Amino acid sequence: MNFDYNEEQQLLADSVRRFLAKDYGFEARKKIVASKQGWSPSVWATLTEMGLTGLPFSPDYGGFGGGAVDLMGVMEAAGEAMLVEPYLATVGLGAQFVARAGSDAQKKAILPAVVEGKLKMAFAQTEKGARYNLSNVAAQAKKAGGGWEITGEKFVVLGAPAADTFVVSAKTDKGLSLFLVKKESVKVKAYVTLDEQRAGDVSFSKAQGELLGVEGGALPVIEEVMDFATALICAEAVGAMKFACDTTLEYLKTRKQFGVTIGTFQALQHRMVDMYVSYEQAKSMACLAASKFDAPADAKDRARSISAAKIKIADNCRHISQEAIQLHGGMGMTDEMKVSHTFRRLTMIAQQFGDAEHHLARFAALS
Amino acid sequence: MDLNYSQDESAFRDEVRGWLKVNLPQDLRDKIANYDELGREDLLRWHKILAKKGWVAPAWPKEFGGTDWNVVQRYIFEEECGFAGTPPLIPFGLSMCGPVLLRFGTPEQKKRFLPDIYNGEVFWCQGYSEPGSGSDLASLKTKAERVRDEKSGDHYIVNGQKTWTTLGHFADWIFCLVRTDSSLSKRQEGISFLLIDMKTPGISVRPLILMDGGHEVNEVFFDEVKVPAENLVFEEGKGWTVAKYLLGHERMNTGRIGGSKRELAKLKVFAGQQKGDDGKPLIEDARFRDKLTRVEVELMALEITNLRFLDQMRRSGQPPGADVSMLKIKGTEIQQALTELAMQAAGPMAQPFKPVADEADFDQFTAGLAPRYCNFRKTSIYAGSNEIQRNIISKMTLGL
Repeated sequence: MNFDYNEEQQLLADSVRRFLAKDYGFEARKKIVASKQGWSPSVWATLTEMGLTGLPFSPDYGGFGGGAVDLMGVMEAAGEAMLVEPYLATVGLGAQFVARAGSDAQKKAILPAVVEGKLKMAFAQTEKGARYNLSNVAAQAKKAGGGWEITGEKFVVLGAPAADTFVVSAKTDKGLSLFLVKKESVKVKAYVTLDEQRAGDVSFSKAQGELLGVEGGALPVIEEVMDFATALICAEAVGAMKFACDTTLEYLKTRKQFGVTIGTFQALQHRMVDMYVSYEQAKSMACLAASKFDAPADAKDRARSISAAKIKIADNCRHISQEAIQLHGGMGMTDEMKVSHTFRRLTMIAQQFGDAEHHLARFAALS
Repeated sequence: MDLNYSQDESAFRDEVRGWLKVNLPQDLRDKIANYDELGREDLLRWHKILAKKGWVAPAWPKEFGGTDWNVVQRYIFEEECGFAGTPPLIPFGLSMCGPVLLRFGTPEQKKRFLPDIYNGEVFWCQGYSEPGSGSDLASLKTKAERVRDEKSGDHYIVNGQKTWTTLGHFADWIFCLVRTDSSLSKRQEGISFLLIDMKTPGISVRPLILMDGGHEVNEVFFDEVKVPAENLVFEEGKGWTVAKYLLGHERMNTGRIGGSKRELAKLKVFAGQQKGDDGKPLIEDARFRDKLTRVEVELMALEITNLRFLDQMRRSGQPPGADVSMLKIKGTEIQQALTELAMQAAGPMAQPFKPVADEADFDQFTAGLAPRYCNFRKTSIYAGSNEIQRNIISKMTLGL
């Protein structure tokens, strides 16, 4: 039993945190968010230099062979700073499919480029009306010539505007399958999400695709990668919660009303304590999610642990973000306070990759 | 990061689990499973079984019978006991008076009291709370006046009243906080820690029946009670120091995780037997099941949080800080949620309370669920109410 990061994990988390504290302050982030593409190539280059784009990939392709636990500290730091670069979309989602289901040739073609920061990816899965049901896919793939043609529409594809290559789920005669599709073959309707990231609706019309993994055998891979990404956003949430708690505590200690700091009021002290307890409970579940992803007893154990974690994280995202705003009073409502942006990120994480209700049902089905 | 127990820790857990399986008597096991009230002899019987094995006071120094277990082993032991459903070890002797005597007692006091505490020969209770002095302990009024006379030597005369005295009706001895000096302006000063034989003339015990109908707590009255001065622990007027030490001497199972795991497992079985309005098992009803799952997930989070704190303690060698308060808050919330859900699972059948005459087929188990729900409201009040626990975290951890 050991809950600490090892030395390497700690060093990496510290250096990411130092970099973000220096170059990714709230004002710097504001400029990035307001820029045309909505993310910073120079920040991306630094993330690459620090080895973050290679962290969870095999050394065979230039990576460091890390797992979810190795990424926890990085994601916590990203959550604190509210990183908007398409890191999760590329490293946590898109390239994971290649690493887990791709052929040797596909791995060789894609993973080194991802590790070097040259290739960005996105996972096109969600369709209208499918909600969080991963097998509810209407997009079709048909054999054409030597390859495949994919037709369908995908929604809220995280990182779509920046992606060079998409992983897309579509049905063939044999069932749910995955395909690699280049950005040249798709149409992206880009937008900013509530948490100031870039995403888009992506339409495929006889788009040229390359089969990724076993035809008809995509569901277990999709579930595995979604679990991985869920473990990552659990850790990211913990970082964002930490900021929300720290900044609210600081506010209670400095903001004066009726001639005293508002932190002297017991009504507020107890709410602050409950936020802190929520944070610790969430942190415990993020540890569970990452370590059970890396070393589950079996696929069911993995899925059940990830769902348990996401239930708690979703509930506590809401609790902490709402209380942080309430304890800041009117100031917390304003765009100029970082905490209101953290509120937006925590609100989205609560619903990303399955909300509490989705994971309650999944947990029960696995019990 | 590795959330699993090490090989040694797993082996230890298996050893404890295996031993409990063999040595927890079936009739005690059944009583616990049926939520029957446990009598003095039930409690002492289990105490003596553990004393014989040498496991009754793990935290004590080895020379007094301690086990030399580290914090993780102590936690594992307590959680396995909770999970197996053993009778509780009553803390007043083993975890309160014992540690106080080990720290502050004279050699004579240690020799006189510790073996009987260890072996379960003497049943202790705690005399802290008073009417009007609940969470604000230092406001206590029970008075002890020092008297020296030729005939009966150096002694105290105690007058006053204690309340919420858990299992006082079973107790042979009581340790009390009393006021030996009322002239001091600081309320924490002038308090002393006295050991009092419950058979002393002038002591009377009156039951306080709780809303579940059960008798656990009492009022204890002291009317001109004569206590030998040798029963004073530590210095006169320094009782607050002793009291603070005692309150800080936390057990490892503040969160009661083993017990809650057991109750959760029982509740799942029970809710599987009950029927929902649609005739299907209640456990398949999404509205009920989601409530249950949220409690289960909260319990998983608490277990990991508790292990994280233990891991920290083991590394730092420091006693648990204010974060233990978090375990108390969450642990009691979970216990209460489980008793509430069990009562809800019974639906309309939760209404019968007790038969008017002896009825052989009266479903005592189901009838016990609502009283148990009532009883467990105490958990967020006792041992420092959950609001006091929040005050502690607010002050000690958050610096507010």
